[in-house]
Amino acid sequence: MPRVTVTVDGITYQEEVEPRLLLVHLLRERLGKTGTPVGCDTSNCGACTVMLDGKSVKSCSVLAVQADGSDVVTIEGLGANGSMHPMQRAFHEEHALQCGYCTPGMVMAAIDLLRDTPEPSEEAIRQGLEGNLCRCTGYCNIVRAVRRGAQEMGQAVKSS
Amino acid sequence: MIPAQFGYTRPGSLAEACQELAADEEAKVLAGGQSLLPLLRMRLAYPTKLVDVGRLPELAGVHDRGDHVFIGAMATHDEVLRSGVVNADCPLVALATATVADPAVRHRGTFGGSLAHADPAGDVPAVVLALDGVLVARSADGERDIPAAEFFVDYLESSLRQGEILVGVKIPKLGAGWGFHYEKFQRTAQAWAIVGVAAAVRRSNGAIQESRIALTNMAPTPVRAHATETALAGMDLGGEVRQACAEAAADTSPPGDLHAQPDYRRHLARVLTHRAVRKAAGSV
Amino acid sequence: MTEVGRPRKRKEDARLLTGRTQWTDNLRQPGMLHVAFLRSPMAHARITRVDVSGARGLPGVVAAFGGQDLAGEQGSLPCAWPVTEDVIIPDHPPMAVSEVRYVGEAVACVVATDRYLAADALEAIEVDYEPLPAVIDLAEALAEGSPKVHEEGNKAYSMKITTGDIDAAFQDAPVVIDRTYVQQRLIGAAMEPRAVVATTDGDSFTLWSSTQIPHVLRVMLALTTGIPEHKLRVIAPDVGGGFGTKLQVTAEEVLCLLLTRRLGKPIKWNESRSEGNLTVHQGRGQIQHIRLAAEADGRIRGLQVDLLADMGAYLVLLTPGIPLLGATMFNAIYKMDAYEFGCTGVFTTKMPTDAYRGAGRPEATFGIERIMDELAAELNVDPLEVRRRNWIKHEEFPYTTISGLTYDSGNYEAATEKALSLFGYDKLRAEQSDRRDRGDPVQLGIGVSTFTEMCGLAPSKLLGAARFAAGGWEHGSVRMLPTGKVEVITGTSPHGQGHVTAWSQIVADALGVPFEDVAVVHGDTAISHKGLDTYGSRSLVVGGVAVLQACEKVREKARRLAAHALECSPEDLDFAEGAFTVRGTDSRRTIQELAFAAFTAHDLPDGVEPSLDSDATFDPDNYSFPHGTHLCAAEVDTETGLVKIRSYVAVDDIGKVVNPMIVEGQVHGGIAQGIAQALFEEAVYDAEGNLLTSTLADYLVPSAADLPDFTTDRTETPATSNPLGAKGVGEAGTIASTPAVVNAIVDALRPYGVQDITMPCTPERIWRAVEGARP
Ligand SMILES: Cc1cc2nc3c(=O)[nH]c(=O)nc-3n(C[C@H](O)[C@H](O)[C@H](O)COP(=O)(O)OP(=O)(O)OC[C@H]3O[C@@H](n4cnc5c(N)ncnc54)[C@H](O)[C@@H]3O)c2cc1C
Ligand code: FES
Ligand code: FES
Repeated sequence: MPRVTVTVDGITYQEEVEPRLLLVHLLRERLGKTGTPVGCDTSNCGACTVMLDGKSVKSCSVLAVQADGSDVVTIEGLGANGSMHPMQRAFHEEHALQCGYCTPGMVMAAIDLLRDTPEPSEEAIRQGLEGNLCRCTGYCNIVRAVRRGAQEMGQAVKSS
Repeated sequence: MIPAQFGYTRPGSLAEACQELAADEEAKVLAGGQSLLPLLRMRLAYPTKLVDVGRLPELAGVHDRGDHVFIGAMATHDEVLRSGVVNADCPLVALATATVADPAVRHRGTFGGSLAHADPAGDVPAVVLALDGVLVARSADGERDIPAAEFFVDYLESSLRQGEILVGVKIPKLGAGWGFHYEKFQRTAQAWAIVGVAAAVRRSNGAIQESRIALTNMAPTPVRAHATETALAGMDLGGEVRQACAEAAADTSPPGDLHAQPDYRRHLARVLTHRAVRKAAGSV
Repeated sequence: MTEVGRPRKRKEDARLLTGRTQWTDNLRQPGMLHVAFLRSPMAHARITRVDVSGARGLPGVVAAFGGQDLAGEQGSLPCAWPVTEDVIIPDHPPMAVSEVRYVGEAVACVVATDRYLAADALEAIEVDYEPLPAVIDLAEALAEGSPKVHEEGNKAYSMKITTGDIDAAFQDAPVVIDRTYVQQRLIGAAMEPRAVVATTDGDSFTLWSSTQIPHVLRVMLALTTGIPEHKLRVIAPDVGGGFGTKLQVTAEEVLCLLLTRRLGKPIKWNESRSEGNLTVHQGRGQIQHIRLAAEADGRIRGLQVDLLADMGAYLVLLTPGIPLLGATMFNAIYKMDAYEFGCTGVFTTKMPTDAYRGAGRPEATFGIERIMDELAAELNVDPLEVRRRNWIKHEEFPYTTISGLTYDSGNYEAATEKALSLFGYDKLRAEQSDRRDRGDPVQLGIGVSTFTEMCGLAPSKLLGAARFAAGGWEHGSVRMLPTGKVEVITGTSPHGQGHVTAWSQIVADALGVPFEDVAVVHGDTAISHKGLDTYGSRSLVVGGVAVLQACEKVREKARRLAAHALECSPEDLDFAEGAFTVRGTDSRRTIQELAFAAFTAHDLPDGVEPSLDSDATFDPDNYSFPHGTHLCAAEVDTETGLVKIRSYVAVDDIGKVVNPMIVEGQVHGGIAQGIAQALFEEAVYDAEGNLLTSTLADYLVPSAADLPDFTTDRTETPATSNPLGAKGVGEAGTIASTPAVVNAIVDALRPYGVQDITMPCTPERIWRAVEGARP
């Protein structure tokens, strides 16, 4: 079996995996990273979104072997020193989650969106989240949260 | 759902990859996996082995090669749509690529994978066809160039031979005076095109001198709208453009599926071609 | 400032936002095995052979079974709503034994050490089928000579209710509108797929399930499996959305229990999305024939509704009752002289239908709100004006409708006025007529929906009268802990609705304790021993009230303790901000001090038991009736058929509000689902009964990019049927929005002679309607 080395949320793991093992199952079933859920089998819902080498990917559509040597950040690795990431806080402030199932993926996608659009318009936010489905919120509050998160992240950058 | 078992190799060079493929008829190339993995998960494909070409340096990057842009097969959609060269010298590629799937899929899915997959609903194939791209394929036997017009054979079928790997695509630079547009019609933002129209139009003195138009999802392969291209030559942007664009569906055989019947697709091809041509002409 | 009414941020969020979740699929048990189900690829067939032997020797495979292997013990999945005396409730084995009746029905299973190996082994099972004809179309299913889904025939039941003189209403009526509308089948698509974990210690059983109804499930599973109820514990851990689709007793829950009983090991099942699209009960599925008789001025004389309701292949938990939840709702907010409602439940070889957000009321609201627009068009008056001429005026409440419900409160005028001003109705109408005059290929339409609904399910005696097998009360338990903190146990089972936060607000006010000092526990039958769970917009108006009433009992007990401690009579005490004060003095006891005194029990008054806690069970004596006015402006591209929603305004009256932030979220989500029905979603079956929309690539759940922003606001006419004055908001948005959107599209296309577009209003359908209407 191939051996892969991946760093997940700052910790490096070496695992022997079947080639067919999906990254999301490596995270969930082998590494105990159950914060990242699975919502579909066709790469449509985005619930499983994580950062792979700094870019959002759907972890159900990446083989663990493809992630060999990579750095993965999940929703569990976002906060620092016990406090939430500004985007997580913004989701809380704006009531951008109800059941919370889409939330890990939505937050990751939102953070990714801000990498090159730090001050996105409503339109850009909606387009940027097109690969992440939420069945509960109707998205209004998610859009508001991303805007608020963007502002807070912008301020954090300015003040640092 | 869960894929069936398969083997996996990640060769260190293109030559090695070609050998791996030559050695096993049931092996498949793995690029970004964004089309292949859903197929495997639904158990619609049972390859013996995946040959991962994702990290091969020979297939990477976007390069300015003077009279053409060379897009490496493993350039991701995301890389392509941000590439300075692409935006400067073949912006139609960037316009269409930006409509592919969603950001996360674009981070993994590749330009070459989209072409090798030969899905007529894909956005990239029609663009490469419209721009008369040339696809470069490599096997243990050597390298060959395949013009886009000969590349797409049938639904999910290209003229790549068993054991061949797509290395990249040469997109000829069109020079000054051209305008571009990709018009995509879909039911939801993330969905595939019901119909798409890739249009490049060269205007001078107000009139259309030349055009290149190709259609997405109007046949088992992407198709050129030659009749419209011919009819448009010499026209200014008045009323007859609509009539010229009404020829767009002439040589098509669109599918009928859950999202649209063939007659509706033909109608859309006409309307959207008109819109694409006007927008392309307006963007000159 | 009171807690109730504040937009408190949710207590639920932190865990969910940081991935410290307890989805059923996250759970692991020592020695846990995974089950995978082989599902029928045929809509209707006799099973002639099932051979699981090929799977049995494979790596990791612990067991494999076909339906025959379980036939002796699997029982029949329950239907709890025998709507008529002669309703046909066919036998429904959790795993098919001799015949399959829809694509996706389980025919065999593999239990393995790992889910990958279980999936592999399914491929080694052989099943032979002898095809039988599929039954897809409702009208054809009822025709003489149609192939049968069940021996007993394709008609599950038929019923009719009439009030007033319906013949007289239609006789010589100046205007009669006659329409047929289709309510397509929908897939609920909660983002968390279902999952089950079942364990046993040899004596008792624990079942974790992604369910909305742990309490109902426990009763039903006990009855189905024969596991004694007191030996069965059901837990709904974190549940990722439900929308009615997890209001079910499923084959997989029963089978996991049977498998753990047989194998003595914990069993886990998790559903893939494509499996779920096939096998989670679907919603809607009606053909509505509606006739409306009116005077020349638009006043309604009578309404006649005749439904064909698609039951699917079996009657599951509430299947036959769902269309009947609309029986008293087609008349909606309008006054009329006569009303007739008829419904025939029809078996087809498709996945059974059951509750989906709104359940029966969206269908009814759609029918009436669509036909009100047709009446307006016929009379050439503004659709709001026709509604005004017919609706119940605010001074007429309480009002008993033609279908026999008593609406306790409402103010349709106020909600409509507010919506109109937020929407800019007149300006949009002006733009519409301008576009019409110009022959703009992009036309503008304005859609109106002045809806009401009945929710807060429900008065037990009314449910009994409707032949529903259970009641509609709810339970709450409030315990002051020795340290003065409060633990609330609720019988509701939230899965996104924020009960922990809202109940904390109610308790904080009622007991005068800090919001932060309240914990709310739910979803575990071993802890929450009584309850009827979450559906039908019932949680706040029934369950929240039970919590409030438990608090009131706690307060009364505390009053006796305080009187004893302060040596006064209970009547001399004032309660404010969490403390009892002897009127006119400053001697006081806080409720926390009293809780501690009740705990030590060193000095209790005679007849008072230790511990400061209480239970309450609330059974409302009426439904609640939220209402509102939703307005939609849609641009319709007549060349391509594409619809773009330009703006959407919703003014809802849901009575008193506990947490306006949560309420707004419920309305947003509801509107999105209603729009999705109007524009995007349909469970499409082909003539052979194959589901063509089995993945999210084909079943189009809208993303953020496909929906507009919504403008929401409220008017507040308190409900009189419960002490909170609240009306329930979980379904309102979904019920209201679908007709608003379709009305907008049809309004845009009126000049083309278009009278209806079948949902979902796809670009192709719109284009065909426009083409068909062109001269
Ligand atoms: C949710 C979703 C939505 C999508 N929407 C769109 C859309 O709107 N428009 C669109 O165009 N695409 C869409 N796609 C597909 C996406 O563009 C894929 O990235 C692309 O089709 C395949 O690229 P890949 O690198 O992922 O290829 P893979 O999935 O790795 O491979 C695809 C096929 O090509 C073969 N192959 C790949 N590379 C080579 C090579 N170099 N040489 C020889 N054979 C090769 C593989 O063997 C395989 O058969 C969508 C995908 C998803 C998951
Ligand atoms: S689970 Fe990965 S996209 Fe749905
Ligand atoms: S919050 Fe439930 S799916 Fe998004």
